[in-house]
Amino acid sequence: MRAPSSELPIEFDHVTLTAGGVTILDQITLTLAPGAPTVLIGPNGSGKSTLLRVAMGLLSPSRGRITWGGLEDVPPLKRAIVFQRPAMLRRSAAANIRFALRAAGIPRAEHARRTGELLELVGLAHVADRAARRLSGGEQQRLALARALARDPAVLFLDEPTASLDPVATKGVEDIIRAVSERNIKVVMATHDLGEARRLAGDVVMLHRGRIVERGVAVSFFDAPQTGEARAFLAGELLI
Amino acid sequence: MNMLTRRLIIAATASFVLVGQAVAQEKSIVVASTTSTQDSGLFGHLLPMFKAKTGIDVKVVAQGTGQALDTARRGDADVVFVHAKPAEEKFVAEGFGVKRHPVMYNDFVLIGPKSDPAGIKGSNDIVAALGTIKAKSADFISRGDKSGTHQAELNLWKVAGVDIAKDRGPWYKEIGQGMGAALNTASASNAYVLADRGTWLSFKNRGDLVIAVEGDKRLFNQYGVMLVNPEKHPSVKKDLGQQFIDWLVSSEGQRAIADYRINGEQLFYPNASDSGA
Amino acid sequence: MTQDVTALQLVLSGDPALFAIVRLSLYVSLSAVALAALIGIPLGAWIALTKFPGRQGVIVLLNALMGLPPVVVGLAVYLMLSRSGPLGAFGLLFTPGAMIVAQTVLVTPIIAALARQTIEDLWIEYRDELSAMNLGPLGRVAALIWDARFSLVTALLAGFGRAAAEVGAIIIVGGNIEGFTRTMTTAIALETSKGDLPLAVGLGLVLIAIVIAVNALAWTARRAGERLAG
Repeated sequence: MRAPSSELPIEFDHVTLTAGGVTILDQITLTLAPGAPTVLIGPNGSGKSTLLRVAMGLLSPSRGRITWGGLEDVPPLKRAIVFQRPAMLRRSAAANIRFALRAAGIPRAEHARRTGELLELVGLAHVADRAARRLSGGEQQRLALARALARDPAVLFLDEPTASLDPVATKGVEDIIRAVSERNIKVVMATHDLGEARRLAGDVVMLHRGRIVERGVAVSFFDAPQTGEARAFLAGELLI
Repeated sequence: MNMLTRRLIIAATASFVLVGQAVAQEKSIVVASTTSTQDSGLFGHLLPMFKAKTGIDVKVVAQGTGQALDTARRGDADVVFVHAKPAEEKFVAEGFGVKRHPVMYNDFVLIGPKSDPAGIKGSNDIVAALGTIKAKSADFISRGDKSGTHQAELNLWKVAGVDIAKDRGPWYKEIGQGMGAALNTASASNAYVLADRGTWLSFKNRGDLVIAVEGDKRLFNQYGVMLVNPEKHPSVKKDLGQQFIDWLVSSEGQRAIADYRINGEQLFYPNASDSGA
Repeated sequence: MTQDVTALQLVLSGDPALFAIVRLSLYVSLSAVALAALIGIPLGAWIALTKFPGRQGVIVLLNALMGLPPVVVGLAVYLMLSRSGPLGAFGLLFTPGAMIVAQTVLVTPIIAALARQTIEDLWIEYRDELSAMNLGPLGRVAALIWDARFSLVTALLAGFGRAAAEVGAIIIVGGNIEGFTRTMTTAIALETSKGDLPLAVGLGLVLIAIVIAVNALAWTARRAGERLAG
């Protein structure tokens, strides 16, 4: 249902990112290809969010190279991201989506229909006219998802999308992520919630101190982790 | 562009259009004059008559004589109507004014507190009175703003043999403001002050102030009117300005000046026919 | 205005001269605020979003200019607009236009400085989202100004308060000409100098009432808007 996109695969080639003398990403080599969701796991500060920002194109590597569909410097037209704490524009829920549609260059004539569809998809049709900033945390997270999807992305980055949500809201968000993935949109998600990783992941990349310590298909990663760090993390120990 | 910006642009455009219209519509001149003529209400009396006759709107910018002459010198007025003969003659001699026409005179009065600390009340010798004020260091408020009244005051000190620049003390306060402000200050501090009779008569915040000295010939205050020289400033509306001057010195204008009264008291005495005034 | 009339009577009787003065005051100050907003908001937004050498200095300067002395501005504008000045050919001196120019100069730094602060705070919040949406500089500025609109109303009100209250600049460039450039504040100055303190106080009360009314109106509009847009 979606034309093959030039965005994928996203290839990290020895990507290193330093800021203020601190190495945040260290020699990351990684390919994000079409398919089931890729989930980034790892303790806080392991570099998950930064990796998402680099993949989105918001941060440039200090060293190394990143390509989208084999090209460098591809503007984020078909990529979208939902931040851990998405900023709600000071407008209604519907206007937040219309703003994203306009920014993505979607013809005005389609705005009303698309806005309705997206609100329906994330279950917010009933609060379309309410001020976005007055929505609950879960509703805001779903609206941020809808806003990201308004860009009609080929790849969607999610940074801890359920971090501060209660179980009901979490389920709502995860259901949407599943639906999105079924529409052939590549989902790349960072989480430190292992349960969520198990529920959604097609494959898993584990980061620790800015490096990839292990990656693999979700089933084998969770059942038979290869590295000490992964085993310790899965066992719930503190990784320092 | 969003709605806010659009609205602001519309408002701003509208402002300029409105201002433009206001400027374009009227036949008007700017007259730089003194606070005494305005505050006494004389212009409020004269200008409607002039407008009825000629359709010309006279916009009066009331300043001290010094500032009024300066405004005219810069070309920001069409006519200047002030009361400081030497300064006026200099203004014409420098080529900024076309010709000085005497119009009228009023008189200054020395105002002081009822308690009369200098003991000069009822005198008609201004020179002796000022000498006494100096001798007794009685509080005195000076305009200090280079206005016609200020210049007249300085001149009277000189006649009284007081070198005010040298002989002044804490009793002598220059406030650098207009006639009304000087009267307000005198009223608040029970001091003497030289004022023009017109402003005094229409002044409402007198407190304990009364007239201490009046009637001395040396207190007479001559007004002159001049067209700003169009050769210096081509923007001067010379025809409209000249119409105003002609009307002021005409028998009709002179009668109108004589007719102006506050509480039955005549304030200004027309004397356009006295070429030496 | 005739003598021996109290300010209260003036207000109650709807004296046309008073009405004209009030209208001119509002016209001059609101026009100045509109022009200052047109200059100050984009300027503030530009400073908020742009990194350039000396930026901190510009911000300090802008904040300092919020306290520009009206008399100095009046004098500077007077010298510019005088027939002998560089802009003399427009013949604006001693017109409401000159007063609008002077007040615009006074109010622009206030609006620019407050807009800069407001927009910069919002930019910190929105930066990631707007970058992720691949929005160009103009789109960013437009979005930030629109979303900051309720806070910017406060900046406009601060500017209006300054403009409506000042007398030093407009009395110099307007000349306080009766029926033409006489505003609330210059009328108050004049009545004070004429010793008619009750009338001056009355006019002052009218001025304060107007400023309160304008603020209340803007406040109500802001609250209503915020309820709808958050």
